Amino acid sequence: MAGLPVAQPVGDRAVMEREGLQRLLEILGARGYQIVGPTFRDGAILYDELTSIDDLPVGWTDDQEGGTYRLRRRTDQALFGYGVGPHSWKKFLHPAVLRLWRARRDGLGFQFIPEDESPPRYALVGARSCDLHAIAIQDRVFVAGPYVDPAYKVRRENALVVAVNCEHAGGTCFCVSMGTGPKATFGFDLALTEVLEAGRHYFVVEVGTERGAEIFRGVPHREARAEERDAAERIVARAAERMGRVMDTTDINHLLYRNPEHPRWDNVAGRCLTCGNCTMVCPTCFCFIVEDVNDLTGEVTERVRRWDVCFTTQFTYTAGKPLRLSARSRYRQWLTHKVGSWIDQFGTSGCVGCGRCITWCPVAIDITEEVRAIRETDGARVGAVERPG
Amino acid sequence: MPVRTGRKPKLAVWKFASCDGCQLTLLDCEDELLAIAGEVEIAYFLEASRAIVKGPYDLSVVEGSISSPEQVEAIRKVRQQSKFLVAMGACASGGGIQSLRNFADVKEYMQAVYPTPEYVRTLDKSLPMSAYVPVDLELKGCSPSKAQLLEVISAFLNGRRPNVPTHSVCVDCKRQGIACVIVALGLPCLGPVTQTGCGVLCPSHRRACYGCFGPMETPNTESLGAWFTLMGVPSDSLMRLFRTFNAYAPAFKEASERYASAEATHSHDQG
Repeated sequence: MAGLPVAQPVGDRAVMEREGLQRLLEILGARGYQIVGPTFRDGAILYDELTSIDDLPVGWTDDQEGGTYRLRRRTDQALFGYGVGPHSWKKFLHPAVLRLWRARRDGLGFQFIPEDESPPRYALVGARSCDLHAIAIQDRVFVAGPYVDPAYKVRRENALVVAVNCEHAGGTCFCVSMGTGPKATFGFDLALTEVLEAGRHYFVVEVGTERGAEIFRGVPHREARAEERDAAERIVARAAERMGRVMDTTDINHLLYRNPEHPRWDNVAGRCLTCGNCTMVCPTCFCFIVEDVNDLTGEVTERVRRWDVCFTTQFTYTAGKPLRLSARSRYRQWLTHKVGSWIDQFGTSGCVGCGRCITWCPVAIDITEEVRAIRETDGARVGAVERPG
Repeated sequence: MPVRTGRKPKLAVWKFASCDGCQLTLLDCEDELLAIAGEVEIAYFLEASRAIVKGPYDLSVVEGSISSPEQVEAIRKVRQQSKFLVAMGACASGGGIQSLRNFADVKEYMQAVYPTPEYVRTLDKSLPMSAYVPVDLELKGCSPSKAQLLEVISAFLNGRRPNVPTHSVCVDCKRQGIACVIVALGLPCLGPVTQTGCGVLCPSHRRACYGCFGPMETPNTESLGAWFTLMGVPSDSLMRLFRTFNAYAPAFKEASERYASAEATHSHDQG
């Protein structure tokens, strides 16, 4: 094993052998991080707890298209040779189900029972560039504004990120269009590029933070040679050329604002199942519903929040009825917000081009295709009368 | 939440054309059953006790479909005696598996099955109780979910709205982190058009949902069916997929009829 454990300055590139990743996980574990990353389960690559590099989907890759995801053996033993699966890191930073507090009846009033808010300190291993952008978007939603979400904040602040640059572009990927990848440029403590070339298997590691540098000190490594850096750059550049999808984002918010009556909304409504899968797999969708649940005796009650979906009728239930009755109005709302009004609201698109909503739509509705259809017939209208819902 | 005072609310559990499975869901509450007994007076529940307390009842939970002329009268009496009426399960809320006969000629069936069919008094159709009386809440499922039943009782006791979502199964699959069995495994899963509440039992075991909770609030069976057709599922399989425990729930009925006629056309073309 090459190299002495020297501190690598932020921004520098080092080379770590395959075994070095195992050492890195051990160090993270020893420091109390709960290591989470891609693993093989139920016919897909999901994010779950990792104990060693053997838990990674070694030698697997995926074929992704609209509504279809299949795993397939690679001809090599790559550890990160696949695209993103149905999970995103929001499952750790913004849990799908979270109890906020409980209360116990006390005479005519009640007493709060605070939650023990000490969630795991996560090490997110294998986050892709699109995911880092998605996390940055959720940061804006949950912690950048005047109303900070404490549950997100504590998880986010404690999280360490080991990013992976993509060598593989999924069939539904379009991060290049969104300017969000495939190379990780910020938001990581360490970023790895996996290189399998000429019989060698190693990682080119970029140090992103002092914390990353400090942790990486314990991992055997050496400074990257020019040809190793080049190999890493080449791999990411190749992924960039292999995007499965393209989205033209030119003036996209105004494009959608001026087309609320476009016939494409009826077309997509005919296909949309209003099942909510797109929003659930979206790494930036952040909506949640808050419910109060009491026990049978009425002595103890708890407030729980769950991921919510703008495709349900309950989502817009106001003053006795849902406001968005039709699938048309719901899909239009989702898409227009995601890639349009999000820009005006948060200063960034809500879409990072990860392609999850395309792959995991059970009937293959394709966000890039919907935008393209509207752009190609910009200004088309159905009828002249505003329709309800 | 209001402080509860006065007498305990009276609970009645009724059975119509059904397998008793829904009542078993209540008995299956086990740990919570004592708490329920502590909070309500179990006034009528023949599967649990022969003791009967006269109505009116504050909360009636009813299983089964309405299948015979006697049941039409009986459900009206139950309704008259009940302040809050919950239709529990696929039979009570959708007509149940027995509503398969709604697609056939009942008299013909009786001739084939019974030696003396004239003894049988039955309606042409097995229907949900909402076809005969106003229902305050429907709990779906064959069998219904214990958690949802407890939630309804708990909400009733505490004067709040029960949390019984009517969206797709998919939302809960995703919350639980289950990889979609349609997308990843190519299975014809009815989750996207089926109401949640089961705790995603089948997909969590890598099985396709077969819709035992019936249609979700805004089911698009046509789009899902078209996709399954592209996946290679034949029309007769699609017809049977929609024609099970909730065969006569309007959205599933319409879907199965669509594929039945597609199959008829297909067979005709072949012939």
